[in-house]
Amino acid sequence: MKRTPLIIVAAAVALAFVPQLGLPAFYDSLLYLMLHWIVLATSWNILSGYTGYFSFGHGAFFGAGLYTTSTLLARYEWPFLWTLPAAALVAAVLGVALGAVVFRVKGVRGELFALLTLAITFVIGTIVVNTPIDGGNGVPLSGVPVPKIGPTQSSTFYLLALAAATVTMLVAWAIFVSKFGAGLFAIHDDEDAAEVMGVPTYRYKLMALAISCALAGAAGGIHALFLSYVTAGDVFTITVPLTVVLMSVLGGTRHWAGPAVGAVAITALLYSFTAADHAIAGKAMIGVVLIAAILFMPDGILLRLKKLFGKPAAAPGAAHAPSTLTAAAPAPASAAATTPANHGEVLLRVRGLQKSFKGVRALAGVDVEVRRGEILGLLGPNGSGKSTFINVVSGHYTPTAGEIVFEGRNLTGLPAHRIAAAGIARTYQIPRPFPHMTVLDNVALATMFGGAVPDPAYARKQAMDWLEFTGLAEKANAHPDDLNLHQRKFLELARALASRPRLVLLDEVLCGLTPSEIDDAVALIRRIRDQGSTIVFVEHVMRAVMALTDRIVVFNHGELLAEGSATDVMQRPEVMTAYLGKPHAPPAPPMEPAHA
Amino acid sequence: MSGFTLPSLSLLSQSILSGVFVGALYGLMGLGLSLSWGLLKLINLAHFAFAFLAAYVCYQMASKGVDPLLTLGVIVPAFFALGAGLHWVMARFKVTPFNSLLLTFGLMGIIEAVIQTIWTADFRKLESSYGEHKFKLAGLYMPVPELITLALAVAISLAVWAVLRYTDLGRAMRAAAEDAPIASAFGVNQKRNALLLAGTCSALVSIAGVCLALSFTLAPSQMYAWVGVVFAAVMLGGLGRALGPLIAGTVIGVSEAITMAVTAPSWAPIVSFTLLILILVLRPGKAS
Repeated sequence: MKRTPLIIVAAAVALAFVPQLGLPAFYDSLLYLMLHWIVLATSWNILSGYTGYFSFGHGAFFGAGLYTTSTLLARYEWPFLWTLPAAALVAAVLGVALGAVVFRVKGVRGELFALLTLAITFVIGTIVVNTPIDGGNGVPLSGVPVPKIGPTQSSTFYLLALAAATVTMLVAWAIFVSKFGAGLFAIHDDEDAAEVMGVPTYRYKLMALAISCALAGAAGGIHALFLSYVTAGDVFTITVPLTVVLMSVLGGTRHWAGPAVGAVAITALLYSFTAADHAIAGKAMIGVVLIAAILFMPDGILLRLKKLFGKPAAAPGAAHAPSTLTAAAPAPASAAATTPANHGEVLLRVRGLQKSFKGVRALAGVDVEVRRGEILGLLGPNGSGKSTFINVVSGHYTPTAGEIVFEGRNLTGLPAHRIAAAGIARTYQIPRPFPHMTVLDNVALATMFGGAVPDPAYARKQAMDWLEFTGLAEKANAHPDDLNLHQRKFLELARALASRPRLVLLDEVLCGLTPSEIDDAVALIRRIRDQGSTIVFVEHVMRAVMALTDRIVVFNHGELLAEGSATDVMQRPEVMTAYLGKPHAPPAPPMEPAHA
Repeated sequence: MSGFTLPSLSLLSQSILSGVFVGALYGLMGLGLSLSWGLLKLINLAHFAFAFLAAYVCYQMASKGVDPLLTLGVIVPAFFALGAGLHWVMARFKVTPFNSLLLTFGLMGIIEAVIQTIWTADFRKLESSYGEHKFKLAGLYMPVPELITLALAVAISLAVWAVLRYTDLGRAMRAAAEDAPIASAFGVNQKRNALLLAGTCSALVSIAGVCLALSFTLAPSQMYAWVGVVFAAVMLGGLGRALGPLIAGTVIGVSEAITMAVTAPSWAPIVSFTLLILILVLRPGKAS
């Protein structure tokens, strides 16, 4: 679908001839306002719609651009067009400075981000009003010459806004269909899972914020000259962000073109009422439209229309139809093949690993070695530190002490996405698929990030192979909500495998499955090992542990209790004590202690 | 630019007192919003419009000679019904939190238009016998309307806190906020409780509206001026906490008042919002 950018450019070129029609100047202004709001709403959506971090600070970024241009024009007499890159830059720097602080704080998610950005708006507004930047009286720009781009002054603004809107739409589209966009949508659905699957969440959020701010800043720069008299009171308010949120949600935040549709609709609606001198009725009317839209089209106009006309809603990054069956993607069996020569070499070495949570020691210094090609069972009673071990090794938690060496590389303290890129994948005990993505896109995301495949189309081809490997091929276009538990567990496996890890950490994949489903899963786990991955296997189902593992280690109270072959270890008295308590009478049967 | 001027001690105390008064109103305005956001997962911007609508109704009745506080007898049940009705619609359509924000923003626009049609965009001030009374206590002026606001805010916040903490109904509501399906499975009538809570939230904000009418000059567009700072009080105080908005509102009100006294009134927003940013960044767990 490389047609889309061509369509955007063609539409822009066609619209560029509008001033030649000689329409009255107020049409230029109306069209200017529409394009202006398209830029603001679409740029807002790049961060907030894609990642789900709703920003109420768009007024601040827009205002930063507006005041950059007006200051450069009024005080330093820069040529107008040169002020626009400066406006974009100042807004982007402001955004990155804010994001660098805010996104580092783990607790700042969703609502807190919304509030912080709102607060920033008022802080910057106050500074601007109280310093010579504005001085409280506004900045008059009436003496600044307007560049002669169009036949008239109003058409010049129209053409400038048209250029800005075209660039913004192209950027929004390009991100939407790229690997970057897929990462942003994964952050929207489940940020922790995205990070574990290799998405550099911090950097991506910062990049999206910078792009969003730069575009808003440029729009602010143009708007400064359009207004020709800049006052802080209209800029640093909650009105600008609420308007863009409104437009985006009305049009649809999960599509690159949604905000533009909303912007055109709202601007036209507002204008038709103010023009007819029914400003109050217009205000009420917008309220009614908004309420109706939320109640009857909660996903936005665009997705609603797509559903009506039978076109499947485009998933993020899903510009290409999966054409998998004919694809000659490398078969899973050839992935990361192991030769017998390196069998038995130490793949992962964990030394003295500790993790404390506010005084509770979940891991009290464990040493574990995982050898290449083996299936290592990790056992222990509930609360013994098994899941913490997986969370620390996969980078979800930073260890309190100790070191993790994988293939000779020290991974201690690295962020989860770098550990994923190093070749370690994990599954979650309770499956955490990205709910808004199809099953195929869920797996393709792991291929793109953990597996370092830059092209989304190629990633989808590979992902399809993994779905076949796990028996989910028929469900490729379903959403995770449509899967049963068994299938969701297998989706977890497919996602873990799709990043082509050398080491897979399986956290109770069998928990909650029926006996026949367990047999399927055991067979699948064998196939995973056979195609070259090493497996650490946390499990309570002893039948599977006995059938699968080469070795087991047993944790108790965050310490390593025993290590060796499954049949041997499970008969040791200290292991039975850990599971069953101290024996008074003859020891319990050794084979099924986990069901205690 | 105005430089720093060190105010006299009595002026400073008077400023702090007025900060406490305005902070109490922030808290009262934010209480319903906080409960609705924290316990029902609905961000109800229409609360600001409800407050103004209640204020105008109070103004209208008072101008016919009714005592402003007696209007509560009509206003509170009416707004309870309004809030419960709104919630019924939102529950019926399963509105998500962010969509609830937008839906209620739309409602806010409609109510603003209604107010503007009935009472025009001109400023209105309620004239009541309360406004004329003022007495001096320990060298500080005590305006009666503000004292009423403070007393109501403290009493109501404490009452809501006690209900949420010590009654079965309060426990049921908190449990439903944590996990609605599980709470239902344990026999909590989640639908009825939610309607009750939503109605109560609106009733609370209508009381804030009456307090608003007692001490402030009204204009329909003024409702937007309260959004930023009341939001700040709500988030700072912790969503769904009964005493949070009052405490956070007072902190914000006092810090604003001190800033105004020390520098110029135009610098006031920077202190409260910088405070908010610092607290959110340094202790993010607290407000979430």
